[in-house]
Amino acid sequence: MPDTPLHLRPIPVLLVFIGGCLGTYARYAVELFGTPWGLPLPTLGVNLVGAFLLGVLLEGLLRRGPDVGWRQRLRLLLGPGFMGGFTTYSTFAVETVLLTGQGRYVTGFGYAVVSLICGVAAAAAGVWVAANLFRVPRVLPPGHSTLDSTQTLHLATPPSTPLAGRETRPTPEEEAEG
Amino acid sequence: MILVPLLVSLCGGAGAVARFALDGVIRSRWASIVPLGTIVINVSGSLLLGVLTGLLMAGVESSNVKIVIGTGFMGGYTTFSTAMIETVRLLQQRRWVAAGINGIGMMILALAAAVLGLFLGTLA
Repeated sequence: MPDTPLHLRPIPVLLVFIGGCLGTYARYAVELFGTPWGLPLPTLGVNLVGAFLLGVLLEGLLRRGPDVGWRQRLRLLLGPGFMGGFTTYSTFAVETVLLTGQGRYVTGFGYAVVSLICGVAAAAAGVWVAANLFRVPRVLPPGHSTLDSTQTLHLATPPSTPLAGRETRPTPEEEAEG
Repeated sequence: MILVPLLVSLCGGAGAVARFALDGVIRSRWASIVPLGTIVINVSGSLLLGVLTGLLMAGVESSNVKIVIGTGFMGGYTTFSTAMIETVRLLQQRRWVAAGINGIGMMILALAAAVLGLFLGTLA
């Protein structure tokens, strides 16, 4: 059933569930440290580490080949599953509002700014590291770079064309259909 | 007590599946210049965690409920890492406005949702 969306197929959903359980447990364990000096450092830490690792994972998998088979299963387990459960946006938002509500405006504003800037930088660093680790020319056709790739944006959508058994990667145009 | 960590983990897995399903549905229905699914998920999750935190502050529910539903389900449902990597992808494509909306816009909406949620929760 290659045309059924991933989120309606049992194995992908199970992989996301298992990864989500493990990632959430890891974050829960980190949060047990509490907030040193009243600062939300555990949440900031898991979010920055998670953003970096998701960058490494998605860029690394993308450079190994199309999002099918074991690559897709690994991506679902570790991407939307583990890293999705490990990192959290809701806790970050509520912590920021509570800090500001306590009159700690500089801390609250700083937490938001540091999270966004360092979060984007961490994810970009992860992409950069994987791009240099997995420099495999044979899977990247000439002229193809990660700059025009939208594959990793489509986290829950299966490839629009059947890729299994094909020797070459899809053209950027095919990928963009997502 | 092993029950709380177990429930936190299972609720986190359920939250991750809810995110995966909702993101898949939004992706298949609406085309957008930004990854709309993650924005909807993170803003709605921030609203609901705000309500939950407000209820706890008002003494309506216990801290274990807050940990299981808040740290577990809402933490598994919302995602920081995906929001960051999607912003990086937009920056790589030099889609500056979309990247700004996805990074700064999502944050402002989520913070406003958390304020609203806390207000609604403490009303109870």
